[in-house]
Amino acid sequence: MRRFPILLFALFALSFTVQAEVKDVYDFDTRAEEQRYQNLIAELRCPKCQNNNIADSNSAISQDMRDEVYRMMKNGASNEEIVDALVSRFGEFVQYKPPVDRRTILLWAFPAIAVIGGFLVVVGVVMRSRQREQQGETLSQEDKRKAERILAGESDESAKG
Amino acid sequence: MYPELGQLALILALLLAVLLSVVPLVGALTGRDSLQAFARPLASGMFVFTGLAFAILAHAFLVDDFSVAYVANNSNSMLPWYYKFSAVWGGHEGSLLLWALMLSGWTLAVTIFSRKLPSVMISQVLSVLGMIAVGFFLFVIITSNPFDRLLPNIPADGRDLNPLLQDIGLIMHPPMLYMGYVGFSVAFAFAIAALINGRLDAAWARWSRPWTTVAWAFLTVGIALGSWWAYYELGWGGWWFWDPVENASLLPWLSGTALMHSLAVTEKRGVFKSWTVLLAIVSFALSLLGTFLVRSGVLTSVHAFASDPERGSFLLMLLGITVVASLVLYAFRAPVVHVRSRYGSLSREVFLLFNNVLLVSATALVGIGTLYPLVLDYLEMGKLSIGEPFFNTTFSPLAVATGLLLGVGIFSRWKKTDGGWLARKLLWPLALSTAITAAVMIGYGGFTPWAFLGVFTAVWVTVATFWDIWDKSSSRNGRLYGLRRQSRSYWGMVLGHLGVAMVMAGATIVSNYGIERDVRMQPGDSAMVGDYRIVFTDIGQREGPNYTSEYGSFDVYLDGKQVSELHPEKRNYTVGMSMMTEADIDAGLFRDVFVAIGERISDEAWAIRVQYKPLVRWLWLGALVMALGGFLAIADKRYRIRVNKEKEAKVIQPDASGKTAEVTS
Amino acid sequence: MKRLFLFLPLIVAIAVGVFLFAGIGKDPTRLESVLIGKPVPEFSLESLNDPERRLDTSLLKGEVSLLNVWAEWCPSCWDEHKYLMRLSKDKGVRIVGLNYKDEREAAFRFLNQLGNPYETIIFDPKGKLGFDLGVYGAPETFVIDADGVVQYRHVGVVNQKVWEQELLPVINKAKGNS
Repeated sequence: MRRFPILLFALFALSFTVQAEVKDVYDFDTRAEEQRYQNLIAELRCPKCQNNNIADSNSAISQDMRDEVYRMMKNGASNEEIVDALVSRFGEFVQYKPPVDRRTILLWAFPAIAVIGGFLVVVGVVMRSRQREQQGETLSQEDKRKAERILAGESDESAKG
Repeated sequence: MYPELGQLALILALLLAVLLSVVPLVGALTGRDSLQAFARPLASGMFVFTGLAFAILAHAFLVDDFSVAYVANNSNSMLPWYYKFSAVWGGHEGSLLLWALMLSGWTLAVTIFSRKLPSVMISQVLSVLGMIAVGFFLFVIITSNPFDRLLPNIPADGRDLNPLLQDIGLIMHPPMLYMGYVGFSVAFAFAIAALINGRLDAAWARWSRPWTTVAWAFLTVGIALGSWWAYYELGWGGWWFWDPVENASLLPWLSGTALMHSLAVTEKRGVFKSWTVLLAIVSFALSLLGTFLVRSGVLTSVHAFASDPERGSFLLMLLGITVVASLVLYAFRAPVVHVRSRYGSLSREVFLLFNNVLLVSATALVGIGTLYPLVLDYLEMGKLSIGEPFFNTTFSPLAVATGLLLGVGIFSRWKKTDGGWLARKLLWPLALSTAITAAVMIGYGGFTPWAFLGVFTAVWVTVATFWDIWDKSSSRNGRLYGLRRQSRSYWGMVLGHLGVAMVMAGATIVSNYGIERDVRMQPGDSAMVGDYRIVFTDIGQREGPNYTSEYGSFDVYLDGKQVSELHPEKRNYTVGMSMMTEADIDAGLFRDVFVAIGERISDEAWAIRVQYKPLVRWLWLGALVMALGGFLAIADKRYRIRVNKEKEAKVIQPDASGKTAEVTS
Repeated sequence: MKRLFLFLPLIVAIAVGVFLFAGIGKDPTRLESVLIGKPVPEFSLESLNDPERRLDTSLLKGEVSLLNVWAEWCPSCWDEHKYLMRLSKDKGVRIVGLNYKDEREAAFRFLNQLGNPYETIIFDPKGKLGFDLGVYGAPETFVIDADGVVQYRHVGVVNQKVWEQELLPVINKAKGNS
């Protein structure tokens, strides 16, 4: 475990030499910061072209928004603060990740609801088929009558309820 | 003169479609063979006239007939001939004509490959296809006629094809995609015919299966081509944007995948009929929904056609009639099945049910994510964007769960699987997968929970698949004999699942270990991306056939050795005055190095985007492998033999279905 | 009873259809400004004509005004200008200009050629105020009431139709309130 800090230092030094050879368009002290910046601009939508995030868009407004994200990051703003600042100017439209609130709770919860619901239905089908089989094995009086009905070609809808 | 002939051919095709949708159906319902016999010639005629219309439009493009409005809007005399040809489907009107051509092509294919099916069934299927064709021919002729003329003011030259579309990817992408979309109409028609005459049985499932599989395979290729095209042509190195139009193509793919698996259960065990038939209807409905979303302009998207409320309303009407009519039919005619067979809790059919739960949840998730902004906007609750971050957090868990389940399901048996046996069976493959995943993690250097899960799932599916091949191929006559004894549909399944694993591996690795940098470079500078050193050597100008371009020269080095030279461009298309970024890519089986030129920052320096994309090719290769599996599966002998021995099969059916389930309505 | 469940897909399909139908003909790219109902963001910028003069939000208080974002490099602004000239002359509405990411000489060239409909022009070469206003592409036009509160934003060219159907009703309402 002792070696860990040294490793970390080596990693740092490495990333530093990497940075030194050519400047990034937006210069960051660490790779982590740069990655954070890249993730952030990939989650913001360009209000002008509307089909791109601001990382990919060539429009002037995306340029300005990237500048603002960079400026705020340099000033130590958190991701939420940066997104809020842009949302307060351009609207909720610019965030590709919809906020979790009253309107969107259904959206966010949907996958869980669908999977759990579907899972329960399948379990229900399996349980039922097993129940019926057990009933069939014990063959109660009623089941015998039912079996007779079925053999006679009648519907057994009533048994289902 | 020719364009008017094209118009005439379209109208004749419409008339034949009207006859096709009425005559054989009446014949089937009244039991008159003479009327049913019209189905085949009508279907062939419809195809011939649609083909003629398409050929005439293509001719207009190739000879630069700018008196045709559609040609003038989508072509230019300077365009190379192959782009002139692909421009036929580069705009709204022509792509619809392609849709119609494919629909009549599929209809013709049904007449050819289903000769041995009962005449009543085939007449109904062809009539349903005829009805769909009527809708689309009306749509083309009334709202989107590609043969409209610009008379008397014929433009001297055309407005050129959108530069984004001047590309091999576009030549191939829409035809493949439409083959898939339209192909689901056959499964749909079989489902409707079966609902009409109450013959939802194992035989119906067997007839539907190859059609579904082949449509699905085309759709897979189409989606993959679209993703590949976006990757190199849109210039940002992304391969999936969760754009509404992409989602629209993913919807029928997901439900079609569910349908293929559910059809397998219905064929083998005669159960889940109501569910299967619903999936067949839904898959085609989603194909139509995709067409509507792309062409109505209700959603903002990259590749949306120019929006036109009239066309949107017409398409929605078509969609509405098709979906409402078929779902009403479904609600009244689908069997309410009382399952009498025992489902072992770990039987293969139960695993396939879970597979359907996950795939249908995924379908619904993508659908809701795509339409939610529309709904909120309608309710005046604000304008939201739902994009990649949302789908990454919600879709990925479903994909992982599906993959994990897939691996387990491969070992399961029909009817009944012993729990203890299955657990022991899974032990070694699980251990092996964990070991391989750990090795991959170490190889790529960096652990994140999502990367681990994604890679593990891909490895798990692969290991389970090969393990199963090993088990199945053991034979007294030697392993080679055992391997050869497996059916083509088994190998199709194997390829399908391996393809899924490849896509998962590619998606996980490239999103977790890919590197993107936006650097400021001038000629002479070099930048590192991953282990690759990229040297900017030169920038220059050149002339293309219909554009001028500024190109950069970049040398790519790995460990001091040059591996490639890249020439990304910024093109200026003269006619449309549009700028295009053409990235250049050093492609490899295990990694891509991607360089694109961005803005000019100063007189000397440029913003250059350099990317290292490990395993990105596996996304598309995986999709191809999947599709190959689909094509292999339909080449199975079983389908041919059964077709030849139709009479024999008929005798078997009632027995096979009666044994497992009872229908009451 | 069980058959009722089979109607479920139909109900879902119809519900989706209603929303799709409602979406036809609407422009999905249209964005409402988030600043509506909020005061114009604080700023301190030079006047285009007089570099010595500093302008701030007090400029936009006291009467209802149109704030028009324009630039010489923006082709649609050239199209729009003729109508703005008419508005300032015939309709007697106060128009304040926001010269957005432009150069002074270019802006003067533009005005000399086409005329000046603006009462005052805010010079915003860096696009600072534009950014705070959420401007994403010139031309854009804001209706600002007498209290300096944003009432409406129109993105794109102002013409007869936009004036009559969108801007005028908002202006009349803003005038009625104050």
